[in-house]
Amino acid sequence: MISLLIKNVALPNGSISDIAVSGDVIAEVGSDLTAEAETTIDGSGLVALPGFVDLHTHLREPGFEQSETILSGSQSAAAGGFTAVHAMANTSPVQDTAGVVEQVKALGLSAGYVDVVPVGAVTVGLDGKQLAELNAMATSKARVRVFSDDGKCVHDPVLMRRALEYVKAFDGVVAQHAQEPRLTEGAQMNEGKVSAELGLTGWPAVAEESIIARDVLLAEHVGSRVHICHLSTAGSVEIIRWAKNRGIKVTAEVTPHHLLLTEDLVRGYDAVYKVNPPLRTLEDVAALRAALVDGTIDIIATDHAPHPIEAKDCEWQAAAFGMLGLEIAAAVAQEVLIESGESSWQRMAEVLSHNPSMIGRLTEQGQEIKAGSIANLVLIDPKAKRLIQGSSSKSVNNPYLGLTLPGAVMHTIYRGFQTVAYGQLANTGRA
Amino acid sequence: MELLDIAESMAGVNSRDIKKLPTLRGKTIVNLFFEDSTRTRISFELAEKRLSADVINFSAKGSSVSKGESLKDTAQTLEAMGADAVVIRHGASGAANVLAHSGWIQGSIINAGDGTHEHPTQALLDAFTLRNRIFGSESLGKGLDGLKVAIVGDVLHSRVARSNLHLLNCLGAEVHLVAPPTLVPADVSQWQAKIHYDFDDALASVELDAVMMLRVQAERMTASYFPSEREYSRVWGMNADRLAKLKPEALLMHPGPMNRGLEITAAAADSRNSTILDQVANGVSVRMAVLYQLLSGERTSIDD
Repeated sequence: MISLLIKNVALPNGSISDIAVSGDVIAEVGSDLTAEAETTIDGSGLVALPGFVDLHTHLREPGFEQSETILSGSQSAAAGGFTAVHAMANTSPVQDTAGVVEQVKALGLSAGYVDVVPVGAVTVGLDGKQLAELNAMATSKARVRVFSDDGKCVHDPVLMRRALEYVKAFDGVVAQHAQEPRLTEGAQMNEGKVSAELGLTGWPAVAEESIIARDVLLAEHVGSRVHICHLSTAGSVEIIRWAKNRGIKVTAEVTPHHLLLTEDLVRGYDAVYKVNPPLRTLEDVAALRAALVDGTIDIIATDHAPHPIEAKDCEWQAAAFGMLGLEIAAAVAQEVLIESGESSWQRMAEVLSHNPSMIGRLTEQGQEIKAGSIANLVLIDPKAKRLIQGSSSKSVNNPYLGLTLPGAVMHTIYRGFQTVAYGQLANTGRA
Repeated sequence: MELLDIAESMAGVNSRDIKKLPTLRGKTIVNLFFEDSTRTRISFELAEKRLSADVINFSAKGSSVSKGESLKDTAQTLEAMGADAVVIRHGASGAANVLAHSGWIQGSIINAGDGTHEHPTQALLDAFTLRNRIFGSESLGKGLDGLKVAIVGDVLHSRVARSNLHLLNCLGAEVHLVAPPTLVPADVSQWQAKIHYDFDDALASVELDAVMMLRVQAERMTASYFPSEREYSRVWGMNADRLAKLKPEALLMHPGPMNRGLEITAAAADSRNSTILDQVANGVSVRMAVLYQLLSGERTSIDD
């Protein structure tokens, strides 16, 4: 029995096809499918991509439910075309034990909008002192494969080495937040001409690049894979490029905001633009875009970081770091890859779906759109121009408000269930 | 320029027997100080009182950033009590800017120093002092065209340096910044100033009309910006020898409070070149001019 039939939709390779979904599986992909279906979507003019996978989301639950919950974050993700998100470990309690990651996973399941894949902390309490029980998290029901102290850098080189080695046992990966702590004490924004003018303490590019350089060398030395979170500088791109040429198993991500926004926005001291790593220069943005196109950077990850109003409606130095990203990622990807004329929908599928699921070792996400794959799909109207307004997140720290960006997520299909239909979020998740 | 000219008339008031104008009678001004600053606060308070405003001093040291009442709540509370203007000193760069443009409150905002960003009234009083010492009674309407001014010391963390750089450029002066490389921002390519890492070279190569010494904050001494107080004083301090290299009529300035023996020796500070006490006196006149401009007429904002 065909539950969902999508007619005449463009696949990532540009061919026009029909997609038939049965339960949570793609039953058939081909032309002129005629089966009886419970629901039929006219896909003409739309592009079908595999459901997006975010390797870097802050869902804030448990502990910071005033900013976001697993339910509201999952809804925001679905609205943005995602079918899986990796929930970062900096919750309270920290996701550093099997118990906490299993709870996060269970809350994700009961929300039912996306696969919520917990990220495990590398060190106990994100303190950078002692390894957390990585094996217990990996072998728990949550099957953790990505470990990160995100927000904090694993800056102790011995601890980083041990973590890289240890996770090999279960094919895990350490996702490093590259920030040399001593070089960034009190840092508020990119160090450069704007910080000089504004009198804000600088966050120098070298604080990111020196850690990346160290970690790719460590990864080479111990033969492990390493993932670098949110690259923000042209220099970081050069180091990753060098490391990949050398055969080091490194992968790298870039956020939507580092692909679109620059440090000049800080000039009004509006804390909505305060983020870590900070917004950089136009030259950095250009280097990151080029690296996303040429494959040096593997994925777009949102670093979706909700904060309550009071954490942003204050003087710059008192404000929290972070901005929303789940509902903007596809638009920024389209802007950078498609509207620019530089790349293709196939590449967009890679950076938002295939590659992140490969890094996270997810077997039921990021699959090709073909018979037998799990039915995780997103249908985009590429012609739409969207004025960015509110979102499904509980928070409003959204630097894109008022911008007009290309494309709109029309339908999101999560394991065969329509979480978004005709641009509207489903009232309830998948049972 | 207009402000400096108004300050001239205010200086006239300040030299009378009865130092009072009725201009701001009935206006309430709050001095909202999140950082200790005895001299800036007293200077503003005196300026406000000489214009007959009602003055409230609100010292909120240490209360804002991490705990207790937020800047927003404090400001809104003061406005609810009927403040027409808020003079704010805050440890966070941009705090005055945020207060002025956030829509939290309607009253006028005067920046009395924000973090390591700006201290506009200090720059105004410095410019006023320079003009007054150079042109005397002919000051009205004059700029500082061609004047060579060196600012010496912790440029990186100095709001005084930033504000002076803008204003001196604006008035036509040529600005030289003299500092150890550790205390210059990483990228000053956009700054209209010449950077010198050697004080003696600067003194030898430029015929300076004025030298402005910056205060060295205690917390810099432990953070490896320079090896020791002794070395700083020897390499970057103003002393009798360096003073002798200036032309006789050159002016020596300091925003205060001074660390005598560190960035400036007593002999230099008390020399006839020193304008340090003039700066204090002129501070009142300049702040009267700023308050007068903001609160007495139709104007609701003056940009830095």
